[in-house]
Amino acid sequence: MSVIIHKDTKIIIQGFTGKMGTFHAEEMIKYGSNIVGGVTPGKGGQKHLDRPVFNTVKDAVKNTGATASILFVPPAFAADSAMEAADAGIKTCVAIVDGIPSHDMIRIKRYMRRYSKTDKMTLVGPNCAGIISPGKSMLGIMPGHIYKEGRVGIISRSGTLGYEAAQQMKNLNIGVSTSVGIGGDPINGSSFRDIIEKFETDDETDAILMIGEIGGPQEVAAGEFAKENMKKPVIGYIAGLTAPKGRVMGHAGAIVSAYGESAIEKVEILKDCGVTISKNPSVMGDTVKSVLEKI
Amino acid sequence: MDIHEYQAKEILASFGVTIPRGGIVYSPETAENKAREIGGSKWVVKAQIHSGARGKAGGVIVCNSPLEVAQATDKLLGKKLVTNQTGPEGKIVNRIYIEEATDIEKELYLGLVFDRSSESIMVVASTEGGMSVEEIAKEKPDTIIRSKIEVAVGIQSFQARELAFGLGIEPALIRRASETIIGCAKAFSELDATMVEVNPLVISKQKQILALDCKMSFDNNAMFRRDKVSELRDKTQEDEKEVYASDRGLNYVSLDGNIGNIINGAGLAMASMDMIKLAGGEPANFLDVGGGATPEKIVKAFRLITMDKKVKVILVNIFAGINRCDWVAEGIVQALEKIEIKVPLVIRLAGTNVEKGNKILQESKLNYIQASTLEEAANKAVAALK
Repeated sequence: MSVIIHKDTKIIIQGFTGKMGTFHAEEMIKYGSNIVGGVTPGKGGQKHLDRPVFNTVKDAVKNTGATASILFVPPAFAADSAMEAADAGIKTCVAIVDGIPSHDMIRIKRYMRRYSKTDKMTLVGPNCAGIISPGKSMLGIMPGHIYKEGRVGIISRSGTLGYEAAQQMKNLNIGVSTSVGIGGDPINGSSFRDIIEKFETDDETDAILMIGEIGGPQEVAAGEFAKENMKKPVIGYIAGLTAPKGRVMGHAGAIVSAYGESAIEKVEILKDCGVTISKNPSVMGDTVKSVLEKI
Repeated sequence: MDIHEYQAKEILASFGVTIPRGGIVYSPETAENKAREIGGSKWVVKAQIHSGARGKAGGVIVCNSPLEVAQATDKLLGKKLVTNQTGPEGKIVNRIYIEEATDIEKELYLGLVFDRSSESIMVVASTEGGMSVEEIAKEKPDTIIRSKIEVAVGIQSFQARELAFGLGIEPALIRRASETIIGCAKAFSELDATMVEVNPLVISKQKQILALDCKMSFDNNAMFRRDKVSELRDKTQEDEKEVYASDRGLNYVSLDGNIGNIINGAGLAMASMDMIKLAGGEPANFLDVGGGATPEKIVKAFRLITMDKKVKVILVNIFAGINRCDWVAEGIVQALEKIEIKVPLVIRLAGTNVEKGNKILQESKLNYIQASTLEEAANKAVAALK
């Protein structure tokens, strides 16, 4: 079984009837995701895209049995929506939205500590492309057709750079078990380490491609985890070789502010952890291929 | 978003932090009066720019008479101050802060930041005030003490006391020191700050605890709920092109190279810049037009890049997903009907409907160099420089 989402995973859309929610719900339905309804407060009882609309996530979960949700709500309300999902018993929540204040992210993560490890929701994002298990389900905004079914797991901060990798792999006839966009914010729901750990125990994944960037401690933390605990090979690429220190490069989290946060430093540390480094972004697919050939 | 020292001081003062008496002026004429109004016999004239290390750059002048204050103000106003943080072009001084001089007994360091490892707010303090936190971490790491704030309840008095005692502050001043630390922590939490730094935090000979220099930065993503803070933005302190970009919803960072680039997605943009560097070139900018790369954004991006006189080649790299290459190509063609490009243009499209997209570009009147991979795009952009 693929990690996080499966073919039958019941999904609701938070912010269902809005423009973004509608557009991407249609795309996900076309891909074959099991979208069972959505939430827009005040529009409960209506039908949208032939699916029921609910006022609250609790109502939606009760009536549909949904276990996953995806947020298409404006940044100002996103923290509230994520906490609502966690409280309603949603197990996987993807926040696509870019622009959630960092203080709100800390609050969400603090709030989620009230749940035991087994009851705790997996929050992915914000500011991310979402999750896809090719041929099974898509809980995100990516172009599904660029992902070939296969046995390599992808974790990426960036959306389009993750697409680039999937496309390079597809051109080499290499498929993807699951691709997870963890997003470009300084504080996010799931870290590289959280997802890499899931891939290690996933019997459909043989190797993991980790696409990181400058800023923050997460890539290194995942590398150290891999060194200590993983048997599957990890391939890595870190974007931002040319980024000047102290400047935010688009993603709120892409800023070098401490030792170990620049691309060069991260690459060196990851190499020491046994991660195979893709020497530039044009050869991510080739690097994955060379690693797979050695398994 | 960064603010000026005097603005940070006003904010922290409203949270119970003591600051030296002072006032802001915009002209030498008002400076003399302001000094008299503040009183005393010694003043410090401080250039207000968004940068630290102003003292070393000549931006802080100690004066012994109101006349000297006026002269110092005259000297600094309108000047471009170059510090080790501003880059070679420096930052313009439009505002002067005049402050009574403080008799310093001891200089301390107090900072609050987001700690990404623990995903919480961290208070960092040291007895080695006056040095940058990087210098302290390198030269006197043993003097650094930290305390993690639990966001659900905010900073507690015992934490502030522990920090104050840890800094070796004498018992009679612990209460004021704790109040100062708590004030900074409250300002951080209540105003969506990402950084508060008081350096130095001083103990004066008169046994006052004073914030002598302050810096605050705020979360741009939270400005929708911080009207008063966002009013403090001073665009004269930002790169002109970066202001133009941020006003138009583009993510842009001005750099020193000569290959301008337009890319969708921050990660892909950084990766493309890396490829330019590996191919032997230097990027002139970081520019993310957003994952969707809408025609409107592409027009704005071309306008922005053509404003930059350093740019000798433009590289466009778009990975189209749901937005499709044919649609993006039409956007590019339309944009370049409105904007004249005088330098070589390299375009790489990838993703959905890439053949259709390339066909649209080829059939247009556009004079451009086509590339199919990231590497080819970077190599062609560098080759086009010659």
